[in-house]
Amino acid sequence: MDHPPALSSDLIGRESDVVLFEVERGAIRKFADAVQDQTPACVRGDIAPPTFPTTFRMTIPGLTFDLARVLHGAQEYRYERPIRAGDLLRCRVRVADVYRRHGSLGEMTFLILAMEGTDESGGPVFTGTTTAILR
Amino acid sequence: MIGPVLATRPDAELDSGSVLPDLRKPPITKLQLVKYAGASGDYNLIHTDDKTARTVGLEGVIAHGMLSMAFLGEYLCWLAGPESVRRLAVRFVAMVRPGDTLTCRGRVKERSTNDAVRRLRLEVWTENQRAERVTVGEAEVDIK
Repeated sequence: MDHPPALSSDLIGRESDVVLFEVERGAIRKFADAVQDQTPACVRGDIAPPTFPTTFRMTIPGLTFDLARVLHGAQEYRYERPIRAGDLLRCRVRVADVYRRHGSLGEMTFLILAMEGTDESGGPVFTGTTTAILR
Repeated sequence: MIGPVLATRPDAELDSGSVLPDLRKPPITKLQLVKYAGASGDYNLIHTDDKTARTVGLEGVIAHGMLSMAFLGEYLCWLAGPESVRRLAVRFVAMVRPGDTLTCRGRVKERSTNDAVRRLRLEVWTENQRAERVTVGEAEVDIK
């Protein structure tokens, strides 16, 4: 199996297109059901569970890696307000950092992705930071 | 399960170091991982296909780290209400497999008050049935 070339720091600053996501009540309910999240507003599909932004998937041109070799090391979300059914969110993700570290598993590459979502008028709604570790 | 469970607590019960109530989740099943893959859009087959998981050296499928984080998201909603969650940051420190039962736990790190809104900084984590922490992190919630 061929592996894509190692990620380089040249990728820092590269970003996805801005993608418009419509937050659907059914998608919230399906997510809450999968998690067995019993929060009434989430079960009804009114308010998205806090980790719902993980469903906003975007691609960054030039960023490819073998999924089987990726570990999700850490994740952070900050919220200005809850995400609600009917929200139209403009989202974008960019490569915030790429660096290498020697660890117990040998050399690993750390990839830091920064995501942000704003409402239609440009007001901030949430930000996310993903730490992915590539072996 | 009716929240928010912390809303009516007096300040004295939300001091730094105060231990928060536990939220025990049902055992994780393979069906749940398939449902979570569909609901989240994370189709990495190491979470749903044992054969793929074994090709990368695992004994079988492992749960999505984000599923454990989602449990902590529910925990915050239960503690403070879904409109009061300001931040959740976690590190994924151990693998979770089907059959594992996770419990969300936490304690107060710091309380600040501003305009009648109390903001709590919390230490939160999920631990498995062997009391091993699998997801550890920090959160901020507002309590009116």
